[in-house]
Amino acid sequence: MVSNGTPLLEARGIVKSFGKVQALRGANFEVRPQEVVALVGDNGAGKSTLVKTLAGVHQADGGEIRFEGEPVAIHSPLDARALGIETVYQDLALAAELDPASNMYLGREIMRPGALGKLGFLDKKAMRRESGAAFKRLGVAIQDVDARVATMSGGQRQGIAVSRAVMWANKVVFMDEPTAALGVVQTRNVLDLIGRVKEHGVSVVLISHNMPEVLEVADRIEVLRLGERVAQFQRGDVTMEDLVGAMTGALQHRERGNGA
Amino acid sequence: MSTQTTPPDAVEPEREPPAERESWWHRFVTGSSAPIGLILAGLIVVFSALEYENFVSVSNARNVTTDAAVLLVLAVGMTYVIITAGIDLSVGSVLVFAGVMAAEVMESVGGNNWGTILAGLGAALASGVAWGVLNGFLIAKAKIPPLIVTLGTLGMALGAALLITGGVDKRDVPFKLVETIGSGRLFDEIPYLVLIAFAVALVGGIVLAATRFGRYTYAIGSNEEGARRAGVAVDRHLIKVYALAGTLSGLAGFLSLARFATTTIGGHSTDNLQAIAAVVIGGTSLFGGVGTILGSVFGVFIPAVLQNGFVIVGLQPFWQQVAVGAVLIIAVYLDQLRRRTAYQR
Repeated sequence: MVSNGTPLLEARGIVKSFGKVQALRGANFEVRPQEVVALVGDNGAGKSTLVKTLAGVHQADGGEIRFEGEPVAIHSPLDARALGIETVYQDLALAAELDPASNMYLGREIMRPGALGKLGFLDKKAMRRESGAAFKRLGVAIQDVDARVATMSGGQRQGIAVSRAVMWANKVVFMDEPTAALGVVQTRNVLDLIGRVKEHGVSVVLISHNMPEVLEVADRIEVLRLGERVAQFQRGDVTMEDLVGAMTGALQHRERGNGA
Repeated sequence: MSTQTTPPDAVEPEREPPAERESWWHRFVTGSSAPIGLILAGLIVVFSALEYENFVSVSNARNVTTDAAVLLVLAVGMTYVIITAGIDLSVGSVLVFAGVMAAEVMESVGGNNWGTILAGLGAALASGVAWGVLNGFLIAKAKIPPLIVTLGTLGMALGAALLITGGVDKRDVPFKLVETIGSGRLFDEIPYLVLIAFAVALVGGIVLAATRFGRYTYAIGSNEEGARRAGVAVDRHLIKVYALAGTLSGLAGFLSLARFATTTIGGHSTDNLQAIAAVVIGGTSLFGGVGTILGSVFGVFIPAVLQNGFVIVGLQPFWQQVAVGAVLIIAVYLDQLRRRTAYQR
C-alpha cells in the first residue's frame, strides 16, 4: 500500500445498484495530485459505474466522496465540472454535426462582448481561435477547424473529446477506454496526450483493458473486482501477472475495511 | 452556464480586430441550402424563358410571395423543431385555433382600431405559445415521441377551435386589420404580409446561425445525450423550441385571419405537411443537427413557384403536387447520401 499526502479525489465505500444488480459494493478509489492512475478490472467489475458516479452521471446509493479532503456532493456533471473534474466518455459525447470549436465550447460558449453577447450572440471567432490553440498545445491534428466532426477520423474525434476535457479540467480528467477504438498511431497519440495532460498539472484517471498500455503510462494502478477495490500497485513494482491475478481473483489482495 | 475554469497554462484570450471575415452569415449562406437555391433559381429561369411577359412581373412576384407568406412563417418554426430531430404536426391546427381565438377576442373587444387589433394579436400569440409549451413539455419531460404528441395536439387544437365556433367560420374581423396587414402594401408595392414573413425568416435565421439558442438547437439534434452531458439544459431548450414553433403558428394564424378576413377553419389540414416538406426540401435533416432558415425559404418557394409557373405556362396545376413530391424525395435522398458518406470513416 502507498500513501503520501491528501488525495485529490477520494471515493470511500461507494455502493451503487441498478435494480437487483449491485455494481459497486463499497468501492474505494483515490486520485492524487498530478498523477496518472489507471483503473483496471474485468468486464462488469464496476469501472465505468465508479467513474460515472464520480463524474456526477450516476448518484451513489451509499458511501462518501471527498475532494481535497473535504466531503463533497456530486449530483450532476455540472457539480463535477465546478470542482475541475472533466470526463471523456467512451462514446465521446460529441455533436457530430457541429464543428470542433462548437464541441469544445458546448455548454460554455464564449459570448460576444457587450450588448450583442447579452442578446445571446456567440463569439465564434474567439472560440475557434482558442480551440485551435488547444489542439496545437496538445498535439491534436485538426486540418479543417470548420469541418463537421462527422467527417473526421476516430483519432481526431478522440483528440477533440480529450482536448475538450483537458481545456476545462484543472484537477482531474477521467478517460473511459480512450484507445479502445483507435489504431496504433492514434493510440500512441492519445497516450502521449495523457502524459502532456499530467505535465499541465492535471491528474488523469485512465480506464483501460489494455494492460501493456496501463503499465506504460500509469503512475499507480488500482484494481477493481466485483464492485470493490482489490489491489493498488505502484508503477515499477507490478507485473502483468500481478494485474491479471488481481483482476481475476487468483491473487488475493483484499483490503476489507482499511480503505486508503 | 457554469463558471469558466482556467485551462491549464491559460493563454489570455487576446481580442484581435476582425481579420478573417467568416462570421454568422457563413452558416446562413453556405451549408446545405446552396444546391436547393440553385434549383429555385433554375425554376425561375425556366419559367421566365417560357413566359417572360406573364411570369416576370411585379404583380406576379407579389402573388407568389403573398401566397407563400403564411407558410413561410410556419416553416421558420418547423425548421427549429426538425433541427432538434423533432417534428410538429400541430402547426396547422394551432394556426386555426389562434385565428379563432383572435377573432373571438377582437369581436368581444369590439371596435375597428389598433387597440382591438393588438388584442387579437396578443390572443393569437398567447394561444400559440400555450399549445407550443404543451407540446414541448410532453416531449421533453414526459418523453412522449414528438410525432405522437403533436398528432394529439393537432386533433385537440382543431377540435377546440370547432367547439368554440360551433364549426362555423368567424367573419367578424376588424376591417382595419384586413386593409392594413391583410392586404396593405408598403409604398403601394410590397405587401405587409410578405414583409412580416421575411422579417420573421430573417430574425429566425440570424438567431439560428449566430446565437447560443441556435447552437443548442443544433447540438441537441446532433447528440441529445452529449449536449446534456455538456451541461446544456436540454429539456428546457426543447420546450422553448416547441414554444417558438407554436408562437409562430399563432402569428401565422393571425396573418391568415388578416388576409382572408375569416378563420378558414377547414383550409389548413395540410399546412403541417407543406411546412415539413418545405423545410426538408430546404436541406434540413429529419435526423436532426443540420439545416438553415435560408434553405427553408427556398423550400417554401419551390412549390410556390412551381404552382404559379405551371398555371402561367398552361400546364395542369395538379402537376405541381407531383413535382413537389418528387423534389421532396430527392431532397431526403441527398441528405441520406450525405450522411452515409460522412459517417463512413
